[in-house]
Amino acid sequence: MKKLSALILILAMTVSLVGCSQSSTTGNKTLYIGVFEPASGDNGAGGKQETLGIQYANSVTPTVVVNGETYNVVLKIVDNQSSTDKAPTAAQQLVSNNVSVVLGSYGSGVSMAAAPIFEQAKIPAIGCSCTNPAVTQNRPYYFRVCFIDPFQGSVMANFVKDQFNAKKAYVLNMLGEDYGSGLATYFANAFKTLGGDVKAESFPEGTSDFSAYIQNAISYGADVIFAPCSTTYASLIISQAASAGCKIPITAGDTWESSVILDAQKGTNLEVYVSTFFDENDKSSLAATFVTGFKAWLNSNPQYKTDNGGNDIVAAVSALGYDAYMTAIEAIKIAGSTKGEDIKNAISKVNFDGVTGHISFPNGGDADKSEAFIKQADNGVFKFVKRQSSAG
Amino acid sequence: MGNILPYLLGGISVGGQYALIAIGYTMVYGILRLINFAHGDIFTAAGFFMVYAAASLPLYLAIPVMILLTIVMGVLVERVAYKPLRSAPRMSVMISAIGMSYLLQNVMWYITGGLAKRYPVIPWVSDSITILGSTTKRVTIITPFLTVILVVALVILIQRTKIGMAMRATSRDFETAQLMGIKIDNVISFTFVVGSALAAVGSMLYFSNYAAVTPVVGTMPGLKAFVAAVFGGIGSIPGAVLGGFIIGISETLIKGAGLTTFSDAVTFALLIIILLVKPTGLFGEKSTQKV
Repeated sequence: MKKLSALILILAMTVSLVGCSQSSTTGNKTLYIGVFEPASGDNGAGGKQETLGIQYANSVTPTVVVNGETYNVVLKIVDNQSSTDKAPTAAQQLVSNNVSVVLGSYGSGVSMAAAPIFEQAKIPAIGCSCTNPAVTQNRPYYFRVCFIDPFQGSVMANFVKDQFNAKKAYVLNMLGEDYGSGLATYFANAFKTLGGDVKAESFPEGTSDFSAYIQNAISYGADVIFAPCSTTYASLIISQAASAGCKIPITAGDTWESSVILDAQKGTNLEVYVSTFFDENDKSSLAATFVTGFKAWLNSNPQYKTDNGGNDIVAAVSALGYDAYMTAIEAIKIAGSTKGEDIKNAISKVNFDGVTGHISFPNGGDADKSEAFIKQADNGVFKFVKRQSSAG
Repeated sequence: MGNILPYLLGGISVGGQYALIAIGYTMVYGILRLINFAHGDIFTAAGFFMVYAAASLPLYLAIPVMILLTIVMGVLVERVAYKPLRSAPRMSVMISAIGMSYLLQNVMWYITGGLAKRYPVIPWVSDSITILGSTTKRVTIITPFLTVILVVALVILIQRTKIGMAMRATSRDFETAQLMGIKIDNVISFTFVVGSALAAVGSMLYFSNYAAVTPVVGTMPGLKAFVAAVFGGIGSIPGAVLGGFIIGISETLIKGAGLTTFSDAVTFALLIIILLVKPTGLFGEKSTQKV
C-alpha cells in the first residue's frame, strides 16, 4: 500500500513537471514575466480571471523583440492565496525565478505586502486591478493600469446620488481588509460631501451571518447599501438580504463584477450595482476584438472556462490583465532590455490604447483613467447602466 | 436597534447550529478527554459532500449520502489520528487533533481550489417566510426545534439503551469499563458516529442559511461551538446546547446594538470569563456524570 502511494506520488510529480516545461521549444531566448495572483482564498475567483486575461495576452503576443533579438515570453504563475501572510513567499518565488517584470495582483493587500520584495529585487510590478492608492504610493517599482479607489469611491457616491436620489447610505466592509476599508472610507467621504448621511459598520473575517447587519441597514432607513468586500462575503450578503426581504439597492466596487454575484442575485428582486473598468459590449474596435478573441480562446479549453467561472463572460479584470501584459511588453520594447531597472524606467514612457482605455503614466505609478462603467447584476447577466465620471 | 425580533430569530438559529456542533465536541471530550479540533473541519467537509452529492444525485438521496460520508470521515479520523495514540499522553492526542484539522483544511483546499462553492438549495427549508412582520428563511425557525428534538433523542439514547450505558460507563472509567467486557473501541467509534452525524445535520442547517462553502468556513463556527461547549460545561450535552444558544443570541444582539466590530471578541471574552469564574462551566460541576 505504501509503495503504491509512493508510486502514485512520483507519477503525479512527474506529470506536473512535464506540465511546467512544455514551452520554450524554439531556439529563441526566453524572458520571464511573473504572474502574482491569487488562485485560492477569498479572492481566488477574481484572481483566476485576471490570470486568464494575462494568459490570453501571452497567447496573442508570445514573443517580444529586444535589440533585434526575439525573446519568447514565458509566464511564471504563482498563487498568493489571497493572503497577506503568504504573499511575500509567493513574491520571493518569482524573484528567485528571475522574472523581468511582475503582473498583479488582484486584491490590494497582497500587492502591498509584496511590494518591498519586488522593490528590493529591482523588479517592476504592474498591478491589474489593485485599486487602493497605497499600492503605488512611495513605491517607485509599483505601477497599475486601473483607476484608483478615491476615484471609484466618488464615482459610486455620485452614482447612488444620481440614480436613487439617496440621502442615507449604509456602508459595510470587512475589518482590516485594505481594499474594502479604503474604498468604504472614500465612498463615505464623497457621499458626505454630496450632503448625504452615512452609517459605517464592519464585520470580522470569517463572518457568515449577515442578517444582523442587514437588519441594521433596514432600521437605519438606508436608501442604499455600499458593501465593498470579497465575493465570498458578497454572495452571503446578497442571499441573506434577499431572504430577509430587504429591498435596498446594494452597490459595490469592481470586485463584485463576478459570476459569483450573478449566481447570488439570480432569482431575487434585489438591485445590485457595481462599478467596473470595462464593458463587454463596448463597441470600440479594440475592445470588440479583444472580447471576440478572448471568448474564442476561453471556449478552446475547458479548464480556462472552469477558471472563468464556467461561462465565457468577459470580466473586467481579464481585460485589465490583458492590458497589464501589453503594458509590460511595450515597456520592454521601449527599454530595449530585459533588466528590471530598465523596464521600470521605460514604463513611464508607455503610451498606447489598451482595451480598457488609453494607457499612459503622466503622474507616477497610476495610469490616467477618467471614467468608470456602472453595471447592474440582473438575473444572470451584467447589464450596462451608464458611464460615470467622478464629477456626477 | 428598533425591532428586536429579527435579531432574536437570527440568534436562536445561529445558536442552534452552534449547539449541534458543540455536542460533537462535548461527547468526544466526555469519553476520551480529548478536544477534537478536527470537528469544525468535519462540519466543513459535510458541506462539500453535500455540494458534490447534490450535483449528481437527487436531493432525497444526496442528504443521506452526505450524512453517511460525514460519519465515515469522522470515524476514519478517529481510527487514523487518535486510536494509535490511545495510551500516549493526552497532549500528544491533542496535537494530533490540531494536525488533523489542518490536514483536512488543506486537503479540501487542494481538492476544491479554495473557491467558494454554492450550497444546493433545499426546497421548502430555504423558502422565505414572514413572522410578525420580519422576513426570514424557514430554516431559521426549524433549527432550534430540530436541535431540541435531536438532543432529546440523544439523551434517551444515552440513558436508555445498552450502547448508551456502555458510553456512560466508558466515560466514567475507561479501564474498569474495559475489564467489564465493554469493547472500548466500538464505543468510541459510536461516539464519533453520533458526533459526525450531528455535525452533518448542523452543516445542512448552517449552509442553507449561509450558502457559501469554503475550506475554512468551519473554523469560526467550530471555535465558537467549542466556546459554547466549555461555557455549558464540557462533557455535558444539555450544557453544550444551552451554551450554543447563549453564544448565538448574545452574538447577534451585540451586532444589533451597533458593536459589530466586537461581536467575535465578546464571544471569546465570554470564554475567558467563564474559565475564570466557573472553570467547569454551567453544568460541569458533577465531574462523574459525563457524556
